[in-house]
Amino acid sequence: MGDWASDQRAFKNVPWGKAMMWIFLVSDTFIFSIFLLSYMTVRSSTTVAWPHPSEVFALSFGGEPIPLILIAIMTFILITSSGTMVLAVNYGYRKDRAKTAMLLLATAAFGAAFVGMQAFEWTKLIVEEGVRPWSNPMGAAQFGSTFFMITGFHGFHVSIGVLFLIILARKVWRGDYDRGERGFFTSRKGNYEIVETMGLYWHFVDLVWVFIFAFFYLW
Amino acid sequence: MADIVPTAAEDIPSAEVAEVDLYHAKSWWTKYVFSQDAKVIAVQYSCTAIAIGLVALVLSWLMRLQLGFPESFSFIDASDYYQFITMHGMIMVIYLLTALFLGGFGNYLIPLMVGARDMVFPYVNMLSFWVYLLAVVVLVASFFVPGGPTGAGWTLYPPQAILSGTPGSEYGIILMLVSLALFIIGFTMGGLNYVVTVLQARTRGMTLMRMPLTVWGIFVATILALLAFPALFVGAVMMLFDRILGSSFFMPAIVVMGEQLSYSGGSPILFQHLFWFFGHPEVYIVALPAFGIVSDLLSVHARRHIFGYRMMVWAIVIIGALSFVVWAHHMYVSGMNPWFGFFFATTTLIIAVPTALKVYNWTLTLWRANIQLTLPMLFALAFIVTFVNGGITGLFLGNVVVDVPLSDTMFVVAHFHMVMGVAPLLVIFGAIYHWYPLMTGRMLDEKMGKFHFWVTFIGTYTIFLPLHYLGILGVPRRYFEMGDTSFIPDSAQDLNAFITVAALIVGFAQLVFLYNLFRSLRHGKISERNPWKAASLEWQTAAYPPGHGNFGEHLPVVYRWAYDYGVPGAPDDFIPQNVPNNAVAESHAEAPSAADDAEAPRT
Repeated sequence: MGDWASDQRAFKNVPWGKAMMWIFLVSDTFIFSIFLLSYMTVRSSTTVAWPHPSEVFALSFGGEPIPLILIAIMTFILITSSGTMVLAVNYGYRKDRAKTAMLLLATAAFGAAFVGMQAFEWTKLIVEEGVRPWSNPMGAAQFGSTFFMITGFHGFHVSIGVLFLIILARKVWRGDYDRGERGFFTSRKGNYEIVETMGLYWHFVDLVWVFIFAFFYLW
Repeated sequence: MADIVPTAAEDIPSAEVAEVDLYHAKSWWTKYVFSQDAKVIAVQYSCTAIAIGLVALVLSWLMRLQLGFPESFSFIDASDYYQFITMHGMIMVIYLLTALFLGGFGNYLIPLMVGARDMVFPYVNMLSFWVYLLAVVVLVASFFVPGGPTGAGWTLYPPQAILSGTPGSEYGIILMLVSLALFIIGFTMGGLNYVVTVLQARTRGMTLMRMPLTVWGIFVATILALLAFPALFVGAVMMLFDRILGSSFFMPAIVVMGEQLSYSGGSPILFQHLFWFFGHPEVYIVALPAFGIVSDLLSVHARRHIFGYRMMVWAIVIIGALSFVVWAHHMYVSGMNPWFGFFFATTTLIIAVPTALKVYNWTLTLWRANIQLTLPMLFALAFIVTFVNGGITGLFLGNVVVDVPLSDTMFVVAHFHMVMGVAPLLVIFGAIYHWYPLMTGRMLDEKMGKFHFWVTFIGTYTIFLPLHYLGILGVPRRYFEMGDTSFIPDSAQDLNAFITVAALIVGFAQLVFLYNLFRSLRHGKISERNPWKAASLEWQTAAYPPGHGNFGEHLPVVYRWAYDYGVPGAPDDFIPQNVPNNAVAESHAEAPSAADDAEAPRT
């Protein structure tokens, strides 16, 4: 009776929330893939030369520009946050309230740092270099529009994630999942599986960043 | 089918069954307005969809009046006509058909048919409806802004969709795109619920291969929607950027009225790809639930098991998968590489195989069956005929060389109205006549129903058969009026006037149907339990019509597929899904009696 066409559930021992998150992520994958595909199409169809990412995204420390340094740090931070998330899931299943909450908060902090640096990057591009969604001084106008649209959509995902990480950390800290407190939205008894579901979302956002990084900054 | 033993009772996850009280509404507001009950949400979805559908109906009358009697109506000018076309198409395809099939029938039938108390996350499900309502409100608002709703055609092709000169390019297009984005967000919340409910919340004994085909159709259509809507969402976001921020995703360098616009270097074809990557699966998002529902209607009202159940399931899945690789057959004349046309024509024609298989199976279900010509059955039969007609003209349009001369003629209009307008609507009507007793406890009026059926069925043919002919003559679509041409005979105009009269009559019949819906709420004949003697779970509930939490204290246990009809020796000639093999119950009581009745003959 273990086959997935059997009665009750197709995926045994997978809670509803986790299944729903997986399916949502598949749908969201399509959104990001189509964003990136559209970016590639636009980039290859535009008539003006595409700006050189390693020059646009360079930062100068003491005069010497270092290409992609900010993006490298941001990527490092986001991937580190995936590590703390994994640990949070681990301690969640051990019902270690304090450690889980702290690790969730650490993840949220890394996420917030990422969004903050992204805000810095945007400000620099807009204020200092005059990049706009409709034009930029370096080349093809679509550079600005795809950049703001795609990184903005990803940054929005990270921000939502940070928000939910903080809410989740608070609930874990209060011991809601030890007592089986009922969720606000679901009215059902919560448990530590929600930490893993949150983790799925967070790793997804990380993974998407890897693709954005590869296709936008390295190409 | 092999015997499948339901999982033992103690294996039920307690959180999902024991908490019956979770599903009871606490107050009038949470019972009828902010309800988390999928059945109430289904009714809310359906009423909203039908209300906005009425707007689309009126728009179609106005268009037909203009086409049939050009220069007779001073209040319709060319801009109005384009706005009517755009809003009629958008409303019918997305806000009516998609919302009614998935939000309406999906919400009502999935939990009941798979034996669940409700959708897995009722709160999210409720949000889904309210976001959908917001999308509809934004859509309606576009009628009242300066410039009116967008007149870009329902495909919203750039560059013309956002250029001045197209009606509604001021605010209408913005509201249209925002409304679409909202619709997609709302739908995603509901769609995730439908998929997870089917996958993870079935009752004991309800295997995937015992689900009624209705559930299969809605399930696969929802997956299609979750994967196809992202393309429309991204397209809408990008076009909003182009319109509001002046970016050039879809906008090439362009000169308007002798003036060079600031756009440059975008790709209009990209939007067409995005739109049709959504748009073609959308056809099947509408068609697959119709396929599923019509299979159940045929089986119940012909008192015979569905022919080739497994094949039917796999056909639905295969059609769903193929629908993602045919989208560019909408773009043969857009300027693609001809090799693409070859590829997409091939995949398009391959879809005819599983589709034809379904038609054969429906026909074979009727072979030597005990056909009851009830209202749902009439509509189901009409669907088969209409769908075959629409499908055959699809073969014309799927082939590149035949399509090119027919592109942008009334032939295309007639084709898609037959296959994805009339055919699914016939199923919706049949389904409403079939499940109305379950929802309200009363039957719809038979006389009005018969009138509605015959006028609709014959009427749609008098509308759309001549339209094919006009298309072959070369009458183009989306023309406000023809004026003088050298290649279209004057008599074409007489045919147009005839079609208009037919369309008005068919429209009137829909008002009779609506009157019937409202009147029967109070004055309909009280329906007995399970009036159609159906075997699927939604008719076997403790309360009739089913209440909060759908089933009684215990969820039903399923022992068989949903198609044990015409069983010799069984009481009432059918066996409900929740009756065990060794106890063919006398009634449709929920708990089968322990007494050993005769062994149920298996089909």
